[in-house]
Amino acid sequence: MRDDVEGKPLVEVRNLKMYFPIYKGILRRQVGQVKAVDDVSFTVHEGETLGLVGESGCGKSTCGRAILRLYDPTDGSVILDGTDIASLNTDDLRQMRTDMQMIFQDPQASLNPKMTVERIISEPLIEHRKGMSAKERSDRVGELMDAVGLNRTFANRYPHEFSGGQRQRIGIARALALSPRFIVCDEPIAALDVSIQAQVVNLLEDLQQKMGLTYLFISHDLSMVRHLATRVAVMYLGQIMELAPSGQLYSDPKHPYTKALLSAVPEPDPREESRRDRIILQGDVPSPANPPTGCNFCTRCPVAQPLCHQVSPDWREIEPGRFVSCHFAE
Amino acid sequence: MRDEIAPLLDVVDLHTVFQTRGGDVHAVNSVSFSVAPGELLGVVGESGSGKSVTMMSLMGLLPSSARVEAQAVNFEGRNIRDMSDDALRVLRGRDVGFVFQDPMTSLNPVFTVGYQLTEALRTHLGKSKKEARARAAEMLSLVGIPDAKARLNDYPHQFSGGMRQRVMIAMALACDPKLLIADEPTTALDVTIQAQILELVKGLRQKMGMGIVWITHDLGVVAGIADRVMVMYGGQIVEQAPVKELFANPQHPYTIALLETLPSLTGERPERLRSIDGQPPILGAKLTSCPFAARCRQVMDRCHRENPTRREVKAGHDVACWWDATQGGAA
Repeated sequence: MRDDVEGKPLVEVRNLKMYFPIYKGILRRQVGQVKAVDDVSFTVHEGETLGLVGESGCGKSTCGRAILRLYDPTDGSVILDGTDIASLNTDDLRQMRTDMQMIFQDPQASLNPKMTVERIISEPLIEHRKGMSAKERSDRVGELMDAVGLNRTFANRYPHEFSGGQRQRIGIARALALSPRFIVCDEPIAALDVSIQAQVVNLLEDLQQKMGLTYLFISHDLSMVRHLATRVAVMYLGQIMELAPSGQLYSDPKHPYTKALLSAVPEPDPREESRRDRIILQGDVPSPANPPTGCNFCTRCPVAQPLCHQVSPDWREIEPGRFVSCHFAE
Repeated sequence: MRDEIAPLLDVVDLHTVFQTRGGDVHAVNSVSFSVAPGELLGVVGESGSGKSVTMMSLMGLLPSSARVEAQAVNFEGRNIRDMSDDALRVLRGRDVGFVFQDPMTSLNPVFTVGYQLTEALRTHLGKSKKEARARAAEMLSLVGIPDAKARLNDYPHQFSGGMRQRVMIAMALACDPKLLIADEPTTALDVTIQAQILELVKGLRQKMGMGIVWITHDLGVVAGIADRVMVMYGGQIVEQAPVKELFANPQHPYTIALLETLPSLTGERPERLRSIDGQPPILGAKLTSCPFAARCRQVMDRCHRENPTRREVKAGHDVACWWDATQGGAA
């Protein structure tokens, strides 16, 4: 079972905060800040897939980007293999970039339309493997195209000549070019059709096994995360509400938000659907520029108590490996 | 029986061809279906399967590059294809409501929600300004928008995504339509908001009793709300059945494969997902083979030579396939 995979920690995120300032008026004075990621801590073990789920605007993508330092985090540290990425200077950071890569949601937007596939995939090699000859590079591109299931003869084509699923494969090949150890997958299948999603997910799993990759898999698709992830973290309004091994999170969610989120996912089975007891959350997610006092979820929580509106709950381990941020979860 | 009630919408042999610079695209091929009053028909398919174009074709909402042909499109027994533009306008405004995927692009950002809601009421139902406003506020609270009267003065950007979709639904239902066409209305929304909207529609359906065509790519959504499901692929209907029957006893290899590729929230976690290899067809020419043949696990010689016609499996369930899922051989 993949649930039992317990590698050593590869990435440690500690108290990560990513605030974006809000400027207003003609003097562009700062009037507040959007707390996109607000004090998030977790560990990604070597060889595992950590699923990061949540609704749009909860900060999951920002979190992924801040971890790779595509943003400069406001506070906190991200330790990859003993080195704190969050405070590294640019030269050292550049060296580290080969170990960590990203696969983006929209392959249309993340591939340069004016470059051939060969050029797109060799871009990281040109940048980071200066000693490589042109011949070696082209061999490596061929290898990568094989690995992701693209026909080598298409190397001179442009992104628009490919379908969505194939374009995502190009993005994956580019991310693999430098043999990274850690890949942040930011909604890699969200833009694809159902029948193509399974192809890409299977590919990601195969590559993980072959190359020993570690994934942070960001998605809003809870069923797909259940299939892929070893452990799952649930985010809401910039904070992680619950983190648990995948099997336990889905069979026995502890946080009221996780319960509501899981109950909202429609199941492709009419008998199951008519039996289900749905928790319908009232209202919308509050603005991250103005989160409620106390627990972030208190405004929509069906079981909120007076305490929840006053005191923000601690991030606590209620069972070995199970973390919850709720006063009343047990 | 379904056949005894006169259908609300009855479509026979619809074809839609787009003329583009790259040649013709046969987006909809010989589509026939009907919707009974009060029924919720789910239309499922991938992007490019022709599900949206089918509905747009019926209501004359496509650009002039589209050529639409049909033997008959009857709405309450009247043929829409023979209607004048004015009559069609009345039909679209009053008898049929639309909800589209992205509420931000279907609401006008420079007018208040109240103005946009009352416009249809005044044009199509001839209500006075005051009456229209009262009705608009009533509609907004019906779809669960708190403080409805005050919010009539707000602009679309002042609403959240889920609230905007509620406004769209209120607008579509304002004139008390007999048919609601909802094109991926919850696709752009988060699951918790989607659950709110689905509950809302279930409730409204009981209250207002209109027929609904719900277009989606999400089989899960269909399982929860539809009475009957139509699966589209490559511009044609490949399978059609009552919802329970379709999920319990799928006949078309595409439907079967689609159900298998979906990971589930409960039950066994398979090592690998079953995937459907290959790509959807490009509909450049009129099909002379089954559109799914290139990706089908059960493909036979005949599938490459002839496009299958729909055959009945049992009452109310039909499939367009040469292969017989029950016997596991040629039908």
